Amino acid sequence: MIALEVTVFLLVAAAGTAVVLTRDPLNQAIVASFYGLVLGIMFFVYQAPDVALSQITVGAVALPLMILLALAKVRALRGGNGEDDDR
Amino acid sequence: MSHLPYVVAAWLLLVGLYGVVTSRNLVHAITCLSVAQSSTYILLLSVGFERGGTAPIFLDVPVGTKAVDPVVGALALTDIVVGATVSALLLALAVQAYKHHGSLDPERLGREQD
Amino acid sequence: MTPTLRRRVFLVAAVVAGALLLWGLTGLPDYGVYAGPYGDVLNRVAVAERKAANVVAAVTFDYRGIDTMGEEFILFAAVLGVAILLRAQRDETEQPPDEDAADRHAPATSNAVRVVGLALVGPVVLFGLYVVTHGHLSPGGGFQGGVVLATAALLVYLSGEYVTLRRVSPEVIGDLAESTGAAGYVAVGLLGVAAGATFLANVLPLGEPGALLSAGTIPVLNLAVGLEVAGGFVLLLSEFLEQTLVIRRPGEVT
Repeated sequence: MIALEVTVFLLVAAAGTAVVLTRDPLNQAIVASFYGLVLGIMFFVYQAPDVALSQITVGAVALPLMILLALAKVRALRGGNGEDDDR
Repeated sequence: MSHLPYVVAAWLLLVGLYGVVTSRNLVHAITCLSVAQSSTYILLLSVGFERGGTAPIFLDVPVGTKAVDPVVGALALTDIVVGATVSALLLALAVQAYKHHGSLDPERLGREQD
Repeated sequence: MTPTLRRRVFLVAAVVAGALLLWGLTGLPDYGVYAGPYGDVLNRVAVAERKAANVVAAVTFDYRGIDTMGEEFILFAAVLGVAILLRAQRDETEQPPDEDAADRHAPATSNAVRVVGLALVGPVVLFGLYVVTHGHLSPGGGFQGGVVLATAALLVYLSGEYVTLRRVSPEVIGDLAESTGAAGYVAVGLLGVAAGATFLANVLPLGEPGALLSAGTIPVLNLAVGLEVAGGFVLLLSEFLEQTLVIRRPGEVT
């Protein structure tokens, strides 16, 4: 049980760092979805199923969806302007 | 080991803030902000955890079984949903900022529109 | 301030802040040993007092009901902000997607995605309603169930049927549902005042723990919050989709 908890904590810390270090927003949305799932697993290990349900529905589905839609809009606008935006 | 979740929460907060401070793209900064927010959920739930306890739902188990703290669970679950909505608001702001300034780079947003 | 200078200043500040945080956090009781009294007290009395099997739901909607009302209104305000920010500006036009179908660059969705996506819409709505109504008996409640319900609308868009989704006018439905949910929560609170107790007191008949109609106002508040969260997320989704797929600036490509 203790080994499971330690593994999950280290996985959460690593996934959070990976989200920040991924600079391209499109890739970051996918990594953020994975981070949401890992957080959901951690809340499950914490014996808090309500919070885990909340986190999985929001952090793995709703939030990356909105990021992707915002990026799609920015890409459509950029295609019209012809401006090369930085990453 | 006895303080590992607190260390993880502090680490995630600082890493998230680092991402916001050194970001070159507004959408990237908003996702890093949500990472920093998630560190507070970890801290809250660590405070309320009781080793050997079960979930605080007493439908199958009798009342009086050792269970984890319900108050921090209640705080965290409303927080998660509301945090996502606020991130949506920030993303809408970023889209409008791109429309009017042509760039998602925070460095270039402060200048005159050229 | 140049980026490298900013990064260095931040790293110094982060080291100091990290040291202070660790010094403070290691003063907390050991992880896994729960010291505070409130959790134990609530776990013992909540089921008998409020007849709700899920103590977390009892805390969210009964013992700390007014905090949840505040959170609900933060959600309401954030969705309001998104709706205002993403409305069509003066120089933008609206091009509904079935008009420019001839020059769409994106490939049509595969039949497998369409079939599975659309077949799942019904079960997802049913599951969302189950999670909302059984919030006081099993893990779940208004917040989680509301997001699951909004995912059903998302499935319609992902299956490539955005034109159909638009025809149902999700903004109107989302708007109506969200306002009804938010007002419903306050109305249940005022019910407590009308019955002679305090605002948001649990004044409906309590029933037996484990039954579907138990715990007084908690299932009603769950329904109100579920309606509000579902309406809010559907509104968010439809605003973002409309901004991305319909509203066009001069000079923008599809």
